[in-house]
Amino acid sequence: MLEIQNLHVYYGGIHALHGISLSVPAGKIVALLGANGAGKSSTLRTIMGIVKPTQGTIELEGQSLLGMKPFDIVKQGVALVPEGRRVFTNLTVYENLALGAYTRTDREEVRREVAEVYALFPRLEEREKQSAGTLSGGEQQMLALGRALMSQPRLLMIDEPSLGLAPVLSQGVLRRLKELNEKSGQTILLIEQNARAALSIADYAYILETGEIRLKGSAADLAQSDEVRRTYLGVH
Amino acid sequence: MKKRRNLILTLAALILFGGFLYYAQHTFNPYILRILNLCAVFTIFAVTFNLIFGYTGQFSLGHAGFAAVGAYVAALLTMSAAQKSANFFLKPIISPLANVEIPFLPALLLAGLFASVVGSLVAWPALRLRGDYLAIATLGFSEIIRILLVNLQPITNGALGLKGIPSYTNLYWSWGAALVCIFIIKSLINTSYGRAMSAIRDDEVAAEALGVSLFKHKMMAFAVSAFFVGVAGALMANLISTIDPKVFLFFLTYQIVGITVMGGMGSLTGSTIAAILYTVFLEALRPIESPFTIGPLNIPGIPGMRMVLFSILLLTVILFYRRGLMGTNEFSWDWLIGLFHRKDTALAAPTGGAEK
Repeated sequence: MLEIQNLHVYYGGIHALHGISLSVPAGKIVALLGANGAGKSSTLRTIMGIVKPTQGTIELEGQSLLGMKPFDIVKQGVALVPEGRRVFTNLTVYENLALGAYTRTDREEVRREVAEVYALFPRLEEREKQSAGTLSGGEQQMLALGRALMSQPRLLMIDEPSLGLAPVLSQGVLRRLKELNEKSGQTILLIEQNARAALSIADYAYILETGEIRLKGSAADLAQSDEVRRTYLGVH
Repeated sequence: MKKRRNLILTLAALILFGGFLYYAQHTFNPYILRILNLCAVFTIFAVTFNLIFGYTGQFSLGHAGFAAVGAYVAALLTMSAAQKSANFFLKPIISPLANVEIPFLPALLLAGLFASVVGSLVAWPALRLRGDYLAIATLGFSEIIRILLVNLQPITNGALGLKGIPSYTNLYWSWGAALVCIFIIKSLINTSYGRAMSAIRDDEVAAEALGVSLFKHKMMAFAVSAFFVGVAGALMANLISTIDPKVFLFFLTYQIVGITVMGGMGSLTGSTIAAILYTVFLEALRPIESPFTIGPLNIPGIPGMRMVLFSILLLTVILFYRRGLMGTNEFSWDWLIGLFHRKDTALAAPTGGAEK
């Protein structure tokens, strides 16, 4: 579904991405792993059009996303759950979700979509009229996820969903992603620090190191590879 | 049922208010009338600043500049040819402007439009900036406008200012404009545009990731705000009947920021209340600036004492009501009725209501 070829990104003089190529097949979960500063978030930001690449191509089902503004890319069916959740703390849960459907105009469909998100996260329905700032971290992550789903994305991108969450909660969030993928065939590009957890739900994985793809392959293979086990899973 | 009741109550309140304006306009002395008119002008200033800062989160300090544009446009459009030639004795006014004289309503609208266009032109490059940088850029713009007013003598009469502007502004015009302004901004906030603006205030990155065009919405807030600020400036010019560039110093913007913060960021009700309180207090405190004695102490009149007191007032409000007088709450009939039925419905809390 998403094809990236030879992507180069500079921040001023800093060469952040050194020719990254990756592909996200439809209906699969692809994990992008790596340490801090490896270029994971830069990759997502480039796909969203927030950062402009100096070289390379990004195609969504054959259509180039290069040069599009972020809000146009959202209209093409790419949704991003930004790092650190970033819900609108002064707006209510419902208003947050309604903003997720900002690019859509059919009210009836939006209402149905809200009901679907509530079915997925019943906790959100209980807190519908509460302002999002009063939710716990885990609930905010659910809200951020629900908000992204409101646009019925073809490709859902999630930046570190387990950031700042208790291990139990982050497991819960990842399990929800897996459910979503299995039930409705949602294509997901997942960024994680927690390699073990990410590899357990992903189909494919790419491992980034200082702006280059170091390893790639099926998640199961990578979880077994010695190098990954040593560096990222902490197994000696 | 409830909606209908609220609508009837709103209409009744409007009629009552209209009646009050009629009574006031015909019986009150000019001094009180001027204060009431200024209340309306400052209400517009505060409400529009709230749209830009309170709802959209853009810290813009360009209000004095927008108001100046509106005031000068309206003044030049409503003054008679004779008044203009009397005013421009140092340098004659440029020819097409010299003989233009149009009625007040189109002059007000043109003042608003002009300010809105200028506001958008400034916003275009300035909105790339965020936070403090935007504040500095818009502050700079406001000063540029003032410098232009001083130096474009054939159009603005420079530092001499304009005198003898017809005093068209009365309570109907000023409060009419204020009510229209509140109504339009409240309606805007309740649409999906308004929600997108609040989203931008809370988190720009997340808003952009959801497909909200930052530029479009910030621009909209700026253009709508600048329009009404221009109208308010025009009302002010035709109220005090004389303007010069010094009226639109940074101090004016500072007052507006103070009023809005005092009323509560994100509450139009708060802005209105604070604007009225501020204008009335500033007049009521006038005696402080004249000499007076407390017991053995003989205090000479110190000009500017009012502002000292105002600053203390502002500090007090910020200390004890950190989110302003109203926070983000709005007046609503449900809330008012809830006050009377508190015993029966203990949970009726003031939430964002449908009424102004």
